[in-house]
Amino acid sequence: MGRITLTNIDRAYGKLKVLHDINLNIEDGEFMVLVGPSGCGKSTLLRLIAGLDQPSAGRIEIDGADVTPVTAAERGLAMVFQSYALYPHMTVRKNLAFGLENQNMPKAEIEKRIGEAARMLEITDYLDRRPGQLSGGQKQRVAIGRAVVRNPTAFLLDEPLSNLDAELRISTRAELAALHGRLKTTMIYVTHDQVEAMTLADRIVVMRAGRIEQLGRPLDLYNEPANLFVAGFIGAPRMNLLPAKVTSVQGTGVTLEGPGGLVATMAVDTASLTAGDSVTVGIRPHDIACIDDTATGEDHLDADVTLVEALGPETVVHARIAGDQPMLAVLAGQPVAEEARTVRFRLNHEKLHLFDANGLRVPAT
Amino acid sequence: MSRVFAFLIRRRGGSGWHWTDIVTWVWLVGGLVIMFGPVLWLVFSSFKTPAALSEFPPTLLPMATQTVVVEGYDKPLELYRVTTEDGEERRLAQVRRVGIVAQMVDPEDPGTLYKININDRVPVRSVDFATGNYVEPMEKNDFTLYLRNSVFVTVVATIITLLTNSMAAFALSKYSFRGRDAVMLLIVATLMVPLPVLLVPLYSVVSAVGLFDTLWGVILPTVATPTGVFLLRQYMLTIPDELLDAARMDHASEWQIYWRIILPLAAPALAVLAIFSVVWRWNDFLWPLVVLSSKENYTLQVGLNTYAGELNVQWHFILAMTVVTMIPVVLVFTFLQRYITSGIAGSGLK
Repeated sequence: MGRITLTNIDRAYGKLKVLHDINLNIEDGEFMVLVGPSGCGKSTLLRLIAGLDQPSAGRIEIDGADVTPVTAAERGLAMVFQSYALYPHMTVRKNLAFGLENQNMPKAEIEKRIGEAARMLEITDYLDRRPGQLSGGQKQRVAIGRAVVRNPTAFLLDEPLSNLDAELRISTRAELAALHGRLKTTMIYVTHDQVEAMTLADRIVVMRAGRIEQLGRPLDLYNEPANLFVAGFIGAPRMNLLPAKVTSVQGTGVTLEGPGGLVATMAVDTASLTAGDSVTVGIRPHDIACIDDTATGEDHLDADVTLVEALGPETVVHARIAGDQPMLAVLAGQPVAEEARTVRFRLNHEKLHLFDANGLRVPAT
Repeated sequence: MSRVFAFLIRRRGGSGWHWTDIVTWVWLVGGLVIMFGPVLWLVFSSFKTPAALSEFPPTLLPMATQTVVVEGYDKPLELYRVTTEDGEERRLAQVRRVGIVAQMVDPEDPGTLYKININDRVPVRSVDFATGNYVEPMEKNDFTLYLRNSVFVTVVATIITLLTNSMAAFALSKYSFRGRDAVMLLIVATLMVPLPVLLVPLYSVVSAVGLFDTLWGVILPTVATPTGVFLLRQYMLTIPDELLDAARMDHASEWQIYWRIILPLAAPALAVLAIFSVVWRWNDFLWPLVVLSSKENYTLQVGLNTYAGELNVQWHFILAMTVVTMIPVVLVFTFLQRYITSGIAGSGLK
């Protein structure tokens, strides 16, 4: 079992408060990803769960038992560090055995566990080498192996892929997902890379400045971001956010005016909106199409093209609306010539997101 | 071998001489003579007899006049090269000398006695190592005992120094507690207090706890060195904290972290401190001289002092035993210096 519950967690260093009232419930066997920009407190939160740091206030429970005062060793968790933190003076075998020897495990059992983990992670061939003689990817496997042999209630992974090159990162990511599928142990994974979060997670926690911005399944976060921060953070390339004004409020929705001649009518909850409000309209680059500039109607806008990147199957258009508002569109096929100067975009009406003046999502009806 | 030679004689000027080549050679050769010359002088002089030591002009190599056993004389006689009046050169042994006239015999034909002016003869000399300078103090003068005391003091003091200093350095580098910087500052500040100032109070303490005239009285006051703590702490700061966190996750106790993670990774710094400590303790003179009073407790350096009497200084013994005291220090440098340059921490990271 590995259910981890955080209740009202605060952490302050002197007067600097880095975590504010964090509440989180991680289910047994879940792959939970903590994601956010650097300095958002995600690594601190992981260290609190690990027991390497103590919260200023709040409770940490593992399987219902309060472990807040329990030391890191006694919590039964294993951690993979960003720098791998392999003991440089020990061979790979010794690195794997170190934690087990400290628990006074019988030698035969240690050998058995190392053998299993080494086979699973394909590190059998270099068990007798030292970390200094290994490549980055191999060190990464050893670091994971050191966690696996412990047979922990949960794995804590602190940006484990950030020191690998791009290609290796993708393959290791897939291996991690496979490892989780095989072990079915709770994993808490910290990253600043939203792609890793989207591909690995069962659920994602988006954090900013010590607070949880949104918690949910990857596609829920993508499809219904709770606020402007999550909207901008999840999804690559990032969502276009256009300033707009509410021109009229009907019973079932609102009509807006945006830059570049944009007029849109959206069916949303109108409770918090009045005519004249400043709002933000969000549209993902992939939800934009290019139309003939004689077409008329709603949901379209005119933009000045600054750069066209023709990739073949799709075309990336960098543009500016009304002189200064940047906009990015990823269009299927090759609809825009590279020498084009202006373009008329049509936004997919179904995929428009609306955020109020406070940056919070206005739910659709 | 040829590559070593090529390395040694390579010049910036290629086949010619650039002015920097000349400066380099003069500088290096001069440095070699200045640094190594006295050592060589000491080693050669330690093999000289007292007579050869007081000779003027001095020779670099230990020379001794050859002697020969001649029939009819009990003692071996000294050999001289003699130029006779008719210009012939002969080898004669001197029987005795009266004023400026020496009575000499031919070793081949001991029957006839020659009278030779002492200005006409030159002693036949050859290189001769007076090993007695070494053997005699070892056999007769308790020097093996002094050697044993010195080894004991050096080894034990170094072990305790490494242990205590590394523990202090570990705490000061890897734990954060109130007043940590103040403690560090205080330790480093003691560097400013010279030993002579401490001598008297230290003596009272050692005497009060009953360690006077014991080797432990020499060892214990010297083991905590601010230099060592500072050196080790600076090195341990470079050991990443993540390693300690990893060890804590791996069920390691704080003692195990110290013993199995920190100490092995600090080995290069420990080697440096070990070298320092061995040299300090081995060469220590003033403090052992103050603490030790009975001869059987003397260390080498104090023992050496016994050869410098009020009326008579036995230079040949002092020189020989100085060479003996140098040997361990040289050995320590030869075997531990490679650790200084090889840092192994960090190789498991990134």
